[in-house]
Amino acid sequence: MNAIVLDRVSKTYDGHTVLAETSLAIAKGRFVALVGGSGAGKTTLLKLMNGLSTPSAGRVLVEGADIASRPGPELRRGIGYVFQEIGLFPHLTVAQNIGITPELLGWPAGEIAARVDELLDLVALPREVAGRSPSQLSGGQRQRVGVARALAARPSILLMDEPFGALDPVTRATLADDVRALHDKLGLTTVMVTHDVGEALLLAEEVVVMAAGQVLAHAPPKELLSGHPDPVVAELIAAPRKQAERLAELARG
Amino acid sequence: MADRLNAALMVLPERLGWHVALSASALALGLAVALPLGIAAARSPRLKWIALGAAGLVQTIPSLALLALFYPVLLLLSGLAVKVFGHGFPALGFLPSLLALTLYSMLPILRNAAAAVSGIEPAMVEAARGVGMTDRQRLWRVELPLAAPVIMAGVRTAAVWTIGAATLSTPVGQTSLGDYIFSGLQTEDWVAVLVGCAASAGLALVVDGLLGLIEAGVARRDGKRLWAGGVGLAIGLMAALSPLAGAALSRGGPAYVIGAKNFSEQYILAELMADRLEARGATVRRRVNLGSAVAYRALAAGEIDAYVDYSGTLWANVLNRTDNPGRAVVLDGLRRELKARDGVALLGALGFENAYALAMRRDRAEQLGVKTLADLAAKAPELAMGGDLEFFSRPEWAAVEKAYGLRFKARRQFQPTFMYRALESREADVISAFSSDGRIAADDLVLLADPKSALPPYDAVILISPKRAGDRRLLEALKPLAGSIDVRAMQAANYAVDRDTGKKSPAEAAAMLARR
Repeated sequence: MNAIVLDRVSKTYDGHTVLAETSLAIAKGRFVALVGGSGAGKTTLLKLMNGLSTPSAGRVLVEGADIASRPGPELRRGIGYVFQEIGLFPHLTVAQNIGITPELLGWPAGEIAARVDELLDLVALPREVAGRSPSQLSGGQRQRVGVARALAARPSILLMDEPFGALDPVTRATLADDVRALHDKLGLTTVMVTHDVGEALLLAEEVVVMAAGQVLAHAPPKELLSGHPDPVVAELIAAPRKQAERLAELARG
Repeated sequence: MADRLNAALMVLPERLGWHVALSASALALGLAVALPLGIAAARSPRLKWIALGAAGLVQTIPSLALLALFYPVLLLLSGLAVKVFGHGFPALGFLPSLLALTLYSMLPILRNAAAAVSGIEPAMVEAARGVGMTDRQRLWRVELPLAAPVIMAGVRTAAVWTIGAATLSTPVGQTSLGDYIFSGLQTEDWVAVLVGCAASAGLALVVDGLLGLIEAGVARRDGKRLWAGGVGLAIGLMAALSPLAGAALSRGGPAYVIGAKNFSEQYILAELMADRLEARGATVRRRVNLGSAVAYRALAAGEIDAYVDYSGTLWANVLNRTDNPGRAVVLDGLRRELKARDGVALLGALGFENAYALAMRRDRAEQLGVKTLADLAAKAPELAMGGDLEFFSRPEWAAVEKAYGLRFKARRQFQPTFMYRALESREADVISAFSSDGRIAADDLVLLADPKSALPPYDAVILISPKRAGDRRLLEALKPLAGSIDVRAMQAANYAVDRDTGKKSPAEAAAMLARR
């Protein structure tokens, strides 16, 4: 069973093609990473999956149904989305930010409050931060709130656009591991856009490599690491691998 | 000094109340129109261009002119409404002031709302869409709260502008703090002018402070400031409006509205008529400082019930006559034609003339050997002529200019008060004086004779609106005034108000006239 299917989708802006015709199936329960340089079309592809962007041609199926037949806001309330810029609302408290989608869905206040506590525990934030303003949190804490907000309405799909891009390396690694653990624990289907190939290879079960608006490869990390006929893909995968080997040598002395 | 201050403060609650009612409604209406328009403009560059352009254009119209322009427009619309719906609406007073001030208040709100909403970070818009908000939810839950501080700053600017510009609603017949300024300027009552300026500036400062509190509350998400500002505004509004509500509740029976144009004699005669009505138990409202052309139209439309006008003015400006058949013929003609054309009743002549007459300082006239307008024509190319604000555009001036071939070196316009001062300071050699003005005797001026009778007679006459033409109480109260005031008495009363020291208020001068 596929959670998300892109069926011959393409996207053009003002006659400029940002995504060439692409077909892609993401199976339920998988952790998929979209990698590639800037302008590769990763974010465009991700936004097609929850209707933030509509394809110029082709269909997008979520859990078997064409999303064109549903109102966008309703679709997006059922799909978690984590932003690169984190995108917490500065005029709302942490708790109000986390509870926004349940509120839009009309959950009773008591249930939302309980869910906020549950999510703070889940993303390993102290409950005291609930009443604070996002500006009073550190970058890592803020993105934890961003993840909690995305998961608040118990979606089965989680989309993340460069979720750790703005964080320092230590925070980044810890949060990445925590997100992977959440994915396993909650049985999510997760699609994550990143330009960090090493992060993608370490976290994901499947890696989609993109360049210039085209999907060049779609395979498990191990398979990609053992070599790929496309020189662009091979070079992209080789870079973190070489770096890791040099680091290992250095450690051995 | 203390008397003048007391007299000014006595009427402060009513004037302040109206000023607040007018400014607050204009601001509320401006906000109701400009805020949605600003938000729509933030989404459409084309609409933004048009809306900001139009609002900017309105700002370039001098505010006094904007207020004045609404009167003829509303009069026309009211006339149409009478034809279509059977009844019109008042074209004078609150409505034209409200509409003009609303237009005036829109620009800062519009500009700030459009800038604030279109300035919201794209990441915020994307986040709002990403969590599943509809366009409407995004507006109410994200865009408006984030834009609120900038919008509030626009509202603050609009409030200060509106409160200042509301003083200009006096000439279209709306009571406001401007009454102090306009009347004070006429009668050289500087205490009144100061009270008007101070009250208007104080009001603007207080409102700006309270709105500033709300702005800070919104920006810092500080509920305490927000509440303090809101409660302060609400209390202030209620306190300012309570005298009006009290007056409305205690007012029994229909009120008579007595009008007056914008000079001392008119204020005094309006007080005199109002006193006589009040002595008979009637309720009277005064609408003073009306423009000369506005006053007659307001009477014909029934917005005022009675006022004093002058036969020559009516003859030339209302009936558009250029001939001068003599005093009695003019009066008879007016009585007949005003009744037939507009239903306006001419109750009677008061007994004095307030004629337009060209006046000079006695020493200057003797030095130049000028006694008549014909003498003046020969010397005019070396002289400067001063007129009141409307004189040079009136048909009387055209008639005199033509009859004697007057060509002056320069022409200057003044407020009547400053016109007499200009003669003193030699900025003008000849002025368009009024024959009942007390300053003619006091300043030792000579009135130049008009051998060709180019200037029509100007008997002061009481006019009654069509709907009050059969009102016995009004007619009985005012009828005895006919023929009861001679020019010396009027000059004395005018001078009591206009002089520099020992000034009397128009009401006191009216009492002086009544006691004779």
